Amino acid sequence: MKMNRRRFLLGTTVIGGGLLLGYAVTRPTRQTLANRDHAEAGQTFLTTWLRIDPDNQVTVVVPHSEMGQGVLTSLPMMAADEMDADWNQVRVEQAPATDLFANGVLIKGFAMSMGLTVPAFLDRTVDFATLKAAEIMNMQITGGSSSVRFTGEMGMRAAGAAAREMLIDAAAAQWQVAASECDARNSFVHHDASGRSASFGELASAAAALEPPRNPTLKTPDRFTLMGTPVPRIDIPAKVDGSAMFGIDARPEGMLYAAVTTAPVFGGRLVRVDNTDAVMQRRGIQRVIELEDAVAVVADNYWRAAEALKQLQPVFTGTEFDDSNSSDIFAQFDAALDNAERHEDVHAGDAEEAFGNAAEIIDARYRVPYLAHAAMEPMNCTVHFHDGRCDVWTGTQDNLGIRGRVASVADLDENSVTVHPFYLGGGFGRRLPQSTNTIDQATRIASHFDVPVQTLWSREEDTRQDYYRPAVSSRFRAALDSDGQLVAWENVYVGKNEPVEAAHLAYQVVNQRIDYVESPTHVPFGAWRSVAHSQHSFFLESFTDELAWHANQDPLQYRLSLLAGKPRHQRVLQEAAARAGWTTPPPQGRARGIALQESFGSIVAEVAEVSLTEEGEVRVNKVVCAIDCGRVVNPDTAASQVESGIIYGLTAAMYGQISIENGRVKESNFHDYEMLRMAQSPEIEVILLESDDAPVGGLGEPATPPISAAVTNALYALTGQRVRELPLKNYRFLPPPTESSGNV
Amino acid sequence: MIELTINGNTRQLDIEPEMPLLWALRNELGLTGTKFGCGIAACGACTVHVDGQPVRSCVTPVSAVQNGQITTIEGLAQNAAGSAARTAVQQAWIEHQVPQCGYCQSGMIMAVSALLAANPNPDDATIERSVSNVCRCGTYPRISKAIRGVIADHAAQPDTTRGDTV
Repeated sequence: MKMNRRRFLLGTTVIGGGLLLGYAVTRPTRQTLANRDHAEAGQTFLTTWLRIDPDNQVTVVVPHSEMGQGVLTSLPMMAADEMDADWNQVRVEQAPATDLFANGVLIKGFAMSMGLTVPAFLDRTVDFATLKAAEIMNMQITGGSSSVRFTGEMGMRAAGAAAREMLIDAAAAQWQVAASECDARNSFVHHDASGRSASFGELASAAAALEPPRNPTLKTPDRFTLMGTPVPRIDIPAKVDGSAMFGIDARPEGMLYAAVTTAPVFGGRLVRVDNTDAVMQRRGIQRVIELEDAVAVVADNYWRAAEALKQLQPVFTGTEFDDSNSSDIFAQFDAALDNAERHEDVHAGDAEEAFGNAAEIIDARYRVPYLAHAAMEPMNCTVHFHDGRCDVWTGTQDNLGIRGRVASVADLDENSVTVHPFYLGGGFGRRLPQSTNTIDQATRIASHFDVPVQTLWSREEDTRQDYYRPAVSSRFRAALDSDGQLVAWENVYVGKNEPVEAAHLAYQVVNQRIDYVESPTHVPFGAWRSVAHSQHSFFLESFTDELAWHANQDPLQYRLSLLAGKPRHQRVLQEAAARAGWTTPPPQGRARGIALQESFGSIVAEVAEVSLTEEGEVRVNKVVCAIDCGRVVNPDTAASQVESGIIYGLTAAMYGQISIENGRVKESNFHDYEMLRMAQSPEIEVILLESDDAPVGGLGEPATPPISAAVTNALYALTGQRVRELPLKNYRFLPPPTESSGNV
Repeated sequence: MIELTINGNTRQLDIEPEMPLLWALRNELGLTGTKFGCGIAACGACTVHVDGQPVRSCVTPVSAVQNGQITTIEGLAQNAAGSAARTAVQQAWIEHQVPQCGYCQSGMIMAVSALLAANPNPDDATIERSVSNVCRCGTYPRISKAIRGVIADHAAQPDTTRGDTV
């Protein structure tokens, strides 16, 4: 039986089947199912994520999406290393979207790391909102900087180690020797005493008859052969010659294209569409489709559809938010911070008493605007209804979630929906099923046709119909005693989101009162790279910097003094500062700022060196980042993720601003939602640090949070102007007041 | 009929003269390596070469390029004189492990290739001015290193290491 088996070509890599080891080790039935449904003649699944061919090729099945983070390389490295497979004979496949390949390890990892709660960025999906824990496991999500630390550490390594033990056991039985006398090297099992050897391929079918070990022994780091080395990414060759296929490149036969415009004010509904007759006369137009809150034009060419859409005159309902502006939203937040019911986040010591006895109180208010994701590949989804079932072509951070979403909208059984995975032209949280309306629209539009229809959003639609990083306001107070020592910390902010610890203080302050207030708006929000850390790191590290300057202390030394007993935090600060030359004066006209944030299991310190242009605009010249992510699997992809995270966060700090005007998003495209480009890109130095006893930390997101405060703290050192509201494009800074300027 | 010469092949297309080249490539000819990013020439993901010059195909009507030699990412290496599967720029992209999501990289490589073909030793300001494409993964530091690598190789062996691009 080969039901639902789909092969998908990513460059030279054949994409096919596999399944979850965590279950295979404990539930051999899954291994049996995998062999029945997803192995071809001669192939054998030894563990659920590893398939071995008779010609000794090992295939590692990756249940995550490749969106540039290198997961198609790093996870197979982990499995192959534990297995002692020859990397030159390792092939990589992406798991198809079926229940057998559900990514329970990630969810379990999150559940464990978050005290058995499930992150909010998961809980608005069709799958999750209505179902219980068993169904939570039926996700194939890529997010939360989690692939390596959960799927890799808990899944892939165990899969490889289990396969290695099974292959050795099979060889030992065949040779009538003790397994302890056998060893695996480069995809062969050897019995050195007798000189016998057999390839993994030769042993695979015998090994598959064995019960997978429940607790396979993992290698100690000194025995790693692949982990810790800069193995080149397998997806890169196809990304330099145009052959890499993204969702937008899907070309199933007979496909039509749909252009869409959605109600500009969130919550608006379509009343009617004028000028349809004229539009239908245009060349190539197949149909105008009215949706609940949008209208679509379907044509034989996307440009024809998009041009026709401009001529349509849709009329949408008014909403109660039609007069809402960003200034109203921030005023609402300010009122909530002052008056709304406060919910406890962290309470420690007796903050009230400490403020009552304070010799001095420092206070400040911070805010950040909404942000769009602006993934380079505009949102798209291709759907084909045929024979009572449905095929879907798209790049997504959650293939199973997409399957559930399409099935729900189409009123089909999930097993009647086949999702074909593609590379993602940027994820950043935008390509989670709950962060886009494209999937629902594409499904509804395609349901009118018996040929495939690709629904493709314009950049304007992407910018104006996002699920945004929320706008947030945050208020701080600090109590100082008569010696100027920080004795109490108070923070109240708008809207508690994931991760739950984002607003928690790394520094030791005995008396703390951290609260949040609810102040919902009509603007939809979702997970944006690093989620709530993106705003709270800016707030926390800016206010901490204010306290350091107020105390007339070096910002680095001030932080270190509040981090006793946290050697990993101290180390990243010290390493970043040392490499950035913190104690030596910066070049003329420049200053440095530092910031720290722990997120997704990694601890990051960044030092930014900034200057001003003649026009008073900010130029970030250099960023030094030290990150302790426990252990590094692939130092080159690790460094690239850190570089990427810094530039993503710096783009937001410099330019990121989604404004609400008359209930709708004002910005539309890259001319008014601006992006950092090469001319503004700083030199970046990455220091990867390891901690022997620490769990592996994430890398996709942790470099994003600290950069905004590192830059604004440097700007304070340079100009004396404290930035409490982003983005920086709204400021014109005065040059440094004196000839000499330093970071302290 | 519109006649286009793309990667050395001449094609007759029954399309509107005002159709942007991007959509002729992607929807009429199945050349999906050239990407749609913004539609307003603001991001460069759709960059192709017309007679060796970098052109943002999302705002270039096909009628304007009927007499030109159009090169897309798919044809970049085949047009490289004496080159094999990849040009020096493409090879540098692999060597420096530049792409992440990879979506913008066709346009990046086309922009950089056109620049280096016209000016084998551009200074930093010229590079920054000429390569204004958007990359949301932030691969700029690696792009910068890869460009410098190509420039250095060319300086060391001007006759053999480049000779590429249009």
